[in-house]
Amino acid sequence: METLYLAIVLAPLLGAIAAGLFGRQLGRVGAHRVTIALVGLSTLLSLYVLWGFINGTRPVFDDTIYTWMVAGGLHFEIGFMVDQLTAMMMAVVTFVSLMVHIYTIGYMADEDHNWPSDSKLGPYAYQRFFSYISLFTFAMLMLVMANNFLQLFFAWEAVGLVSYLLIGFWMNRPTAVFANMKAFLVNRVGDFGFLLGIAAVVLYFGSLNYSEVFGAVAANPDQTMSIIGGAEWSVVTVAAILLFIGAMGKSAQVPLHVWLPDSMEGPTPISALIHAATMVTAGIFLVARMSPLFEFSEAALSFILVIGAVTALFMGLIGLVQRDIKRVVAYSTLSQLGYMVVALGVSAYAAGVFHLMTHAFFKALLFLGAGSVIIAMHHKQDMFEMGGLKKYMPVTYWTMLIGTLALIGFPGLSGFFSKDAIIEAVAHSDRAGATFAHWAVLLGVFVTALYSFRLLFLVFHGQERMDEHTRGHLHESPSVVTVPLMLLAIPSVLIGLFTVGPMVFGGWFGNAITVLPENDVLSAVGFETVVGFILHAFETPAIYLALAGFLTAWFLYVKRPELPAELQRRFPLPHRILERKYGFDELYLNGFAAAGRGLGTLFWRLGDVRLIDGLVVNGTARTIGRVAAVMRHAQTGYLYHYAFVMIIGLMVLLTWFVFAIR
Amino acid sequence: MLESSWPLLSVLIWLPIIGGALIFLLGDDKADRARLFALIVSGVTFVLSLGLIVGFEPGTAAMQFVEKTPWVEVLGVNYYLGVDGISMPLVVLSTFSTLLVVIAAGSKIQYRPSLYLACFLIMEGIMVGVFSALDAILFYVFWEAILVPMFLLIGIWGGAERIYATIKFFLYTFVGSVLMLVALIYLQFQAGSFDILEMYGLGLPLGTQIWLFVAFLLAFAIKVPMWPVHTWLPDAHVQAPTGGSVILAAIMLKIGGYGFVRFALPIVPEASMELDWLMIALSLVAVVYIGLVAMMQQDMKKLIAYSSIAHMGFVTLGFFIVFEIVVRTGGADGALLALEGAMVQMVSHGFISAAMFLCVGVLYDRMHTRMIGDYGGVAHRMPVFAGLFVLFAMANAGLPGTSGFVGEFMVILAAFQANFWYAFLAGLTLILGAAYTLWMVKRVAYGEVVNDKVDKLEDVDGREKLVLGVLAVAVLWLGIWPAPLIDIMEPSLAHLLEVVTDGL
Repeated sequence: METLYLAIVLAPLLGAIAAGLFGRQLGRVGAHRVTIALVGLSTLLSLYVLWGFINGTRPVFDDTIYTWMVAGGLHFEIGFMVDQLTAMMMAVVTFVSLMVHIYTIGYMADEDHNWPSDSKLGPYAYQRFFSYISLFTFAMLMLVMANNFLQLFFAWEAVGLVSYLLIGFWMNRPTAVFANMKAFLVNRVGDFGFLLGIAAVVLYFGSLNYSEVFGAVAANPDQTMSIIGGAEWSVVTVAAILLFIGAMGKSAQVPLHVWLPDSMEGPTPISALIHAATMVTAGIFLVARMSPLFEFSEAALSFILVIGAVTALFMGLIGLVQRDIKRVVAYSTLSQLGYMVVALGVSAYAAGVFHLMTHAFFKALLFLGAGSVIIAMHHKQDMFEMGGLKKYMPVTYWTMLIGTLALIGFPGLSGFFSKDAIIEAVAHSDRAGATFAHWAVLLGVFVTALYSFRLLFLVFHGQERMDEHTRGHLHESPSVVTVPLMLLAIPSVLIGLFTVGPMVFGGWFGNAITVLPENDVLSAVGFETVVGFILHAFETPAIYLALAGFLTAWFLYVKRPELPAELQRRFPLPHRILERKYGFDELYLNGFAAAGRGLGTLFWRLGDVRLIDGLVVNGTARTIGRVAAVMRHAQTGYLYHYAFVMIIGLMVLLTWFVFAIR
Repeated sequence: MLESSWPLLSVLIWLPIIGGALIFLLGDDKADRARLFALIVSGVTFVLSLGLIVGFEPGTAAMQFVEKTPWVEVLGVNYYLGVDGISMPLVVLSTFSTLLVVIAAGSKIQYRPSLYLACFLIMEGIMVGVFSALDAILFYVFWEAILVPMFLLIGIWGGAERIYATIKFFLYTFVGSVLMLVALIYLQFQAGSFDILEMYGLGLPLGTQIWLFVAFLLAFAIKVPMWPVHTWLPDAHVQAPTGGSVILAAIMLKIGGYGFVRFALPIVPEASMELDWLMIALSLVAVVYIGLVAMMQQDMKKLIAYSSIAHMGFVTLGFFIVFEIVVRTGGADGALLALEGAMVQMVSHGFISAAMFLCVGVLYDRMHTRMIGDYGGVAHRMPVFAGLFVLFAMANAGLPGTSGFVGEFMVILAAFQANFWYAFLAGLTLILGAAYTLWMVKRVAYGEVVNDKVDKLEDVDGREKLVLGVLAVAVLWLGIWPAPLIDIMEPSLAHLLEVVTDGL
């Protein structure tokens, strides 16, 4: 069994090494064939593992692969834990990754044009890209399959590294290399909390291994520690919040969300794979995996709930004013991640993870669809220069429509089930902050429908606003692009229908997710049949809010397309606030970053140069220089007077020391 | 104590020293022959040093490969060598770094090449001597002797302001070592011997211990270097030739760290405990203050020099948090983790700083400037170099999977056991380290090709690829599987911890 899991993990790594180090020898076709074959293998095996869990024949696996080190009595290991939650994540990661691999053949076909002709990076950029996405797949699999905190942190940073490399893939673009550094640094702020959280776990629960830690937590959930003054804090709460800060970085929750929109500087396939479907959901996975720990902290869960609710609503609002097609989808991702976090916050982990899965399919679909549009538009991304693309790109249009309907929660589609489960769970929760969260996620539904259809109408309907040259070349994308779109559309429609029962309400996750009986909101929601769940939705406001969002978008962008500009003129302030994204970027750049640089300059110029060197060191040197200048009359030569000073000094000190101490 | 049938340590000390002297005598007329000879000597020395690993008896804290003969009998000074799990990795690191420097030097040094190579070989022998000396006077001799070749390296092959840098370097380190000699002589009176191991556990009164500690502190803190006695390092690095910087960062700084763990902690444990707050504070200042200073550097070598100081902060932090951990947790496990983390950090920093300085050397050889502002878009012309540069930069930023992560991770985990705020401040390196390193990478390697000089850059040649490739393997190996190194060090560090925390 261990071999099977190793094969799943190592196949993409092998592909990454082959395409990365031997890209020249393999050539373009060789590189994409090798990586796709190996990721394909990994996908098939992952589906096989998942199937084993679905029909109940596969046992939970939890074992060490090798010992990284043993230090100070603590075991640092690399090992796998494969249960239902892992199996689902593996299937999602490998499947979306495979689709993205195939899609990339089309998207990166004319990659040479993205590089200056004399750059030595251009010729093998295609192979390098495949290497990176395979490497990412490896790292992401290591993340979801970890059975301990060390490996989790390893993989956590490794996916961050690949994200960094891919956002800055077109490294001749200043915006891209700014965005990748920003992404890495903001994530490092999260990882800072994460690392402290791991340290807390090690100190108070004595292990890095999940099952041992969870056992220790359950055995003794009421430990306290003091951080400031005499106040005692619950250890579980402190550890949980610190770990969640890591999740906030990776899953781009307010206020650590600022990197995700900028990450759109990277090529679109990785926006779909890394910055929508998989890596950014690592934080969600983390909390679900750690549910045996988070469950014991009401305070931490409330914190999570509020952060998620703020992200879900306020990031969605920014999506309303974006002009760049990818950025709309990016803000939508932020908002949907907020929904997942809200679910975690009310202990509805299964619902959060379920939304993670459905979102992975339809959001990857939307991103890849946006990429298809971008190919057709010759890498122009401003939606106000598009319009009427429906007739040129029918496959892209229809698949994106499916993705959009899934996203806004059209009854019966995958996103409907996951979002409704979350909203219902919040409604049934009495946790502190739940009322606010309920309002936020409900309003979020309206906002989601509005920005989603705004995108669809601006891009595919209405007037054709592009220039003549672009219009002349408009055509549907090649099949390597459209086939992944169609393949992703299938689960976007169907997956919820078949899985909502067992996954969210049927306890399919088994022991992979722990919910204390008093926190079990999903049971309170109740679920009998899929049809009943759909019919029940018509008695709740969410579905009408989505409809209202759709109608508003239709009115503003199809019926009266001159209205948005008019509204913007009438109400400049809200628009400005949203355009400025609430000022987070300015605060970080002019606040924290500037303060860091200012302090650095101060310490350097004043501390090191003026005080230590100027006053102490050079002062001493000058004094010695003066003494030496006097002695120069007696001595000749350069080294001698140092030797002389040395000996005299030594004698004085020795004499003094012997007399003083003996 | 494990005697050696074959004086391996002596060979590792004297082979390069004699070899270096011969190369110097060979003269500069036959430079190629000198280079080949230097390569052979350093290669053989390195291969022989691997014998230390092969023949090392794991699972014991005893000194191994011991050699002991009377040297100056009147004063009770012995020629006394031996290594344990603490010093052995540092010996091998020394021979490894020297070999890399000799390979990397190639024919790049045109001015007096044989003297240049001789300096490195002689320095190699001395470094092995420092790490393996078990007699205090022998240690002191090696300790002082190392200044001479380094002084020459910076003074002869250095940059424009080399005189200022050498004098500063010399003054700083000299001031430090004089007090240490006094302390060692005093200890001889107390222990009745210059045997370092016999100086352990003397049970000196606290007041005396504090004086001794201060004497050690000055010597070792300057070498590490710790804030505020660090300002010699950036200047020395900036002026030193590439090879000099590599040895300076990879080995010389480790001598300071080694001093703390071999002398200060076990000889004056109560003073170490009494003053641990000071050491912890200075270490954290190194991480945060120096990290911020590093971010603002315009000169790549200065930036890496400051980053070295910040990283060495983890070494001293790991050494001096042990007391609080033992007091607070009541067990030795966390303290052992701290010591091991500090030692791993020393070895790892040896690899990474060597690699970073070699990378700057590669660029400097082509562009004759170290200023970040003169670069931009290097990756477009030097893709292989850029790949390696980013790898080492990530290691410098402590990315898991590279050696840079291991020591910092261990020390932060341990620091949390001493005090939440130690871990908090030390953990800031995650952000600061990434900020100063990646900002440099961004400005140097990424972006458009900024000027004609960058436009004409050639990628790394075979020799450079070899040297950087070997370091890349080392950095990744230690990051992916540090267990072998830990297993070598653990018994010695556990024993040390017993000595240090005896009676706590």
